[in-house]
Amino acid sequence: MTPPMLLLRTLLHLAALLAVPPLLLGVVNRTKSIFAGRAGPPLLQPYFDLAKLLRKGAVYSRTTTWVFRAGPIVGLAAVASAGLLLSMGGAPAALSFAGDFVLFAYLLGLARFFTALAALDTGSAFEGMGAAREVTFASLAEPALFLCLLVLARATGTLSLSGMLGPALPGAWGTAAPALLLAAISLFVIALAENSRIPVDDPNTHLELTMIHEVMVLDHGGPDLAFILYGAALKLFLFGAILSRLVLGRGDGALAAEALFFLGVAVFAVAVGVVESVMARLRIVRVPQLLVGASVLSVFALVLLLR
Amino acid sequence: MASFVDLVFILVVVIDLFLLASSRLGAAIRTVAIQGALLAALPLLLVGEGHHLGHALLLAGGALAIKGAFIPWLMFRAIREASIRREMEPIVGFVPSMVLGGVGVALAFAFSSRLPLPSAGAHAFLVPTALSTVWAGLLLVVTRKKAVSQVLGFLVLENGVYVFGLLLSDVMPVMVEAGVLLDLFAAVFVMGIVMFHINREFSSLDTEKLSALKD
Repeated sequence: MTPPMLLLRTLLHLAALLAVPPLLLGVVNRTKSIFAGRAGPPLLQPYFDLAKLLRKGAVYSRTTTWVFRAGPIVGLAAVASAGLLLSMGGAPAALSFAGDFVLFAYLLGLARFFTALAALDTGSAFEGMGAAREVTFASLAEPALFLCLLVLARATGTLSLSGMLGPALPGAWGTAAPALLLAAISLFVIALAENSRIPVDDPNTHLELTMIHEVMVLDHGGPDLAFILYGAALKLFLFGAILSRLVLGRGDGALAAEALFFLGVAVFAVAVGVVESVMARLRIVRVPQLLVGASVLSVFALVLLLR
Repeated sequence: MASFVDLVFILVVVIDLFLLASSRLGAAIRTVAIQGALLAALPLLLVGEGHHLGHALLLAGGALAIKGAFIPWLMFRAIREASIRREMEPIVGFVPSMVLGGVGVALAFAFSSRLPLPSAGAHAFLVPTALSTVWAGLLLVVTRKKAVSQVLGFLVLENGVYVFGLLLSDVMPVMVEAGVLLDLFAAVFVMGIVMFHINREFSSLDTEKLSALKD
């Protein structure tokens, strides 16, 4: 591939990274409404919601400081920068170096940290509770994520995300299929937890006792809320992208690779919708059990690779 | 074919871990039944050249009938009669027992190749799977309070022993294997009767209460 072509494809990927995520939420909602026998909102509804929120003004409480205003912006910026590290479709990632999976995990961590900090900044006991829950579960999900990425690193022999999800992957599926399959299952559970989907958290509920992520963003409105919703969609897209690349690999030829990638992400969104439709939300005391289970699965995958 | 055998072994281990984490007895019994059925397929998958196909068939059929169908049926009958649905308070919590199970699995996979066993020619995952399944069963027996869960633990323990037995299935006569399966069957049968009686006398299947019995 000539350098101008490569640049063009990378730019196209960045455009896709920015444009596609809300559609993913639309697919999830459509899947849920089909399961429930409803007509459901249009697929593009998340875009309309975001546009509506962006046109509104914001209201800030006098008790909040700059942290509250920085929360949504830093959150969105961190998640978007994490997206730069992922290779999508056929072209390599915009940014990659050995060990960039640590940066990826901690950019997501930074986004979560600022959201939690903004929630604490409001001074509301309720939001503090949500922040405490989110951070508790995140502290269990993060080791599991790292273990999954370690499995990938070990299986493909590279330390960068582009390498892990890149050309070495088909060979790794040939030699270490069981370990990669376990890692993929574990990663799916982590994706559900990190994106506050059922069975960990219900993104649609507003029941005070059980909310986790939603409770932290109650005081944000207008453009801030739009940033937060968009950031959440972006995060879902990132996990979908990793899983799509991990499970499907990449096709031969530029167009096939792109098609396969977006097909995989769509299948991921449908899978999330199916899980949300057929499962009840777990009790909060059960959530750590699920996350520790995901960690144990990835430890097992790592053991299979290390022996 | 080789990767399919891999998958069966790994599923058996994943089922061990799931059992350590599950509090619903119905789901646990169903999972043990699936594990039994998977194990029944193993002799057929592992049978190589120069082995007795008839022997393997007999072993698989017997295991499927007893481990996969009859014992689960007995267990379902037991929980229906005792009308219990879930293990409420295990002695060791679900998360710690799952972590302990994970540690056991890791150790089994790390050290099984160093054991002085006649494992030449056997599948690489056979011994570690057997050891982890035995360990998971042991954990279940020791850390659960309800008699039904303990019986399930015993079944898992026996499944591990069965996998270990596959290592020797060439040398082991059919009669010995039939005896082991019959043993297991008799044990579960007796346990079912005992559970029924415990339940009738004490209106609970909590074995803790039996320790506190007085004249």
